[in-house]
Amino acid sequence: MRVMAQMAMVMNLDKCIGCHTCSVTCKQTWTNRAGMEYAWFNNVETRPGQGYPRTYEDQEKWKGGWTRHPNGRLSLKAGGRLKNLATIFANPVMPSIQDYYEPWTYDYRMLTNAPLQEHTPVARPKSLISGKDMRITWSANWDDNLAGGPELATQDPVLRKMSEKVKLEFEQSFMFYLPRICEHCLNPACAAACPSGAIYKRSEDGIVLVDQDKCRGWRKCVTACPYKKIYFNHKTGKAEKCTFCYPRIEVGMPTVCSETCVGRLRYLGLVFYDADKVLEAASVEDEHDLLDAQRDLVLDPNDPEVVRAAESEGISRDWIEAAQRSPIWQLIHRFRVALPLHPEYRTMPMVWYVPPLSPVVDSVAQTGFDGEDGDNLFAAIESLRIPVEYLAELFTAGDPAPVTEALRRLAAMRSYMRDVNLGRENPDASVAEAVGMSVEDVHDMHRLLALAKYEDRYVIPAAHTEQAHRLEAIATGCSLDGEGGPGMGGPGSSGGKVGLGMPRLRPGSKR
Amino acid sequence: MNTIDLVLWVIAPYTCIAVFAVGHYWRYRYDQFGWTTLSSQLRESRLLRWGSPLFHFGILAVIGGHVVGLFIPKSWTAAVGITDEMYHVGAVGMGLVAGVATVTGLVLLIIRRRLVGPVFRVTSRMDKAMYLALGLVILTGMINTVHGNIIGHYDYRDGVAVWMRGLFVFDLHPELMAKAPLSFQAHTVAAYLLFALWPFTRLVHVFSAPVAYLWRPYLPYRSRDTGFGGRRERRGWERIDGSTR
Repeated sequence: MRVMAQMAMVMNLDKCIGCHTCSVTCKQTWTNRAGMEYAWFNNVETRPGQGYPRTYEDQEKWKGGWTRHPNGRLSLKAGGRLKNLATIFANPVMPSIQDYYEPWTYDYRMLTNAPLQEHTPVARPKSLISGKDMRITWSANWDDNLAGGPELATQDPVLRKMSEKVKLEFEQSFMFYLPRICEHCLNPACAAACPSGAIYKRSEDGIVLVDQDKCRGWRKCVTACPYKKIYFNHKTGKAEKCTFCYPRIEVGMPTVCSETCVGRLRYLGLVFYDADKVLEAASVEDEHDLLDAQRDLVLDPNDPEVVRAAESEGISRDWIEAAQRSPIWQLIHRFRVALPLHPEYRTMPMVWYVPPLSPVVDSVAQTGFDGEDGDNLFAAIESLRIPVEYLAELFTAGDPAPVTEALRRLAAMRSYMRDVNLGRENPDASVAEAVGMSVEDVHDMHRLLALAKYEDRYVIPAAHTEQAHRLEAIATGCSLDGEGGPGMGGPGSSGGKVGLGMPRLRPGSKR
Repeated sequence: MNTIDLVLWVIAPYTCIAVFAVGHYWRYRYDQFGWTTLSSQLRESRLLRWGSPLFHFGILAVIGGHVVGLFIPKSWTAAVGITDEMYHVGAVGMGLVAGVATVTGLVLLIIRRRLVGPVFRVTSRMDKAMYLALGLVILTGMINTVHGNIIGHYDYRDGVAVWMRGLFVFDLHPELMAKAPLSFQAHTVAAYLLFALWPFTRLVHVFSAPVAYLWRPYLPYRSRDTGFGGRRERRGWERIDGSTR
């Protein structure tokens, strides 16, 4: 057993109101630069919907993630090492800027400089790609709140996988939001595809990063990532991705998206996993077994054997304690309500989701029945196939059982806690037993999902202060501080690099 | 031998080689962040899908041909039983195929760069200079293949190649170049000028051809402690434990 630590996230989808605050604050922090206008390290998708970039989940088209061969070995879906190098001169399956969207600005000067005239001057949209006037026809959340109706929503690759009957029933629609960041996978396809070896996983906390100095712009990672969460900076010619806000994590602060989430639906914490078992878990034959394989990778931090193994790997006491207090392990293993996004990509993603019960509650309530009643909810989960099948395609490679289990537990919690909160004398404990939980479990889960305070949601051990001078956040320089980098103008930008007539772009240059 | 020959075939080539070597060292040392292919595939991919592989595979074959033609002396190929005629037919045949692929690719790429607005918008002055030099080298090279080897008869293996090998062992033969046909002289001058320009353009990506990808482990782990990227500590800020990097 080789224990490694991983910073992981859980998002409780029931609480997401689709406000995009996480996206906006993330953008302001990391990607408000030329060349990255189209990049959203964090985006919020309306489901059903095409997602961003359009239809990225259709891996027959985009060739992301891993594929398992009959002999049990994994290779990148886009091709093995030789094919990867042979197609290096032109990537055959790279999304174009139109698959994302053409970023634009407005001709604001027109508003102040236009001569006096009868009509109010208009600021026309100008493409940031071609510099010309453009019509805005798509964006990162064009189909927000099911805008565009069935024509757009039925292009959803997840929906297309579902049976014809379900598609017809879809007319009585359900909807929820799916915030997405980089999954910081245990078996990252982007890192495996990088010809330069510039993408690496940090051995301390598992954060996956792109070394901006080593990246040579071969853009193989863009194809390999099945979540399409690596963005090619078309101005610097380097790949960039969500950093899990590592400078904040290192000093014990939550990521910007978590910090600013108004629904308080994000949980951050350490998990321990067995690095020797990752490949084996990612290679199991049946896609439906991937979820359990991935769950089993996440080790119980209270198991003395795991603690001993962690100590022998040099993981410090305070980190072990942080892993024991982590909300992530609780949600994955104790309550079994957190599920990974698309385990069938075999990348072992480390951002987990509590599936939303609200579509079910809403449809029960719409029929005039009591939407919080345990029996009604259980019955509805069984009979309302659409939400369950759809969620299963997202979180369990199509296996409805784990989704049903999670939803039943959420329903039981809702029903039981209502009894408690209404002051009923004998809250019905059988509803908890029916889903295999004790009353204490239900109370704890409720506390974590509904009441948890900042310190309970974000259990982040700071990196050690005795190493502080070595840390990126505190060190005197950062590789991203250079011109065109996300930290441009930072403390390190004056040192080291000398600018001459290099063919790369500077802020303010016309290119 | 007059001064012009000395400048053209001794001083200038050495200067350009020096700029090439020192330029690369300097850029690798101080501009890792700028060391990239600067791909514009995100902005346009339909023309690139054809142009780029044609050009790159073509130019790789061309480079291979040049290595064989310039660095392998006649006596060596003769020793393994390859007659001049066989060599000539092989070189011209393969050279033509590679040359046509390269030129077709380059023309497609130049058309793309000029006519596709989003791509032209990110074309720097250095890119334009690079395209000009590269175009000149390839154009004169094609003239040599057609005019010097098919229509005319100039055996570069007794002329240009000997001069070129001499440069590396300080056995200087500028007179061989002075006697070479004009198109060969032009090709040589254009080539060493391109080499001088090389380290300051996106062409540096040639030297990070990721061959090691074929055998490196799929998943690189890196510790935060060594996570400075390629960066060196700044002077006066060296680490206290004295570990060397």
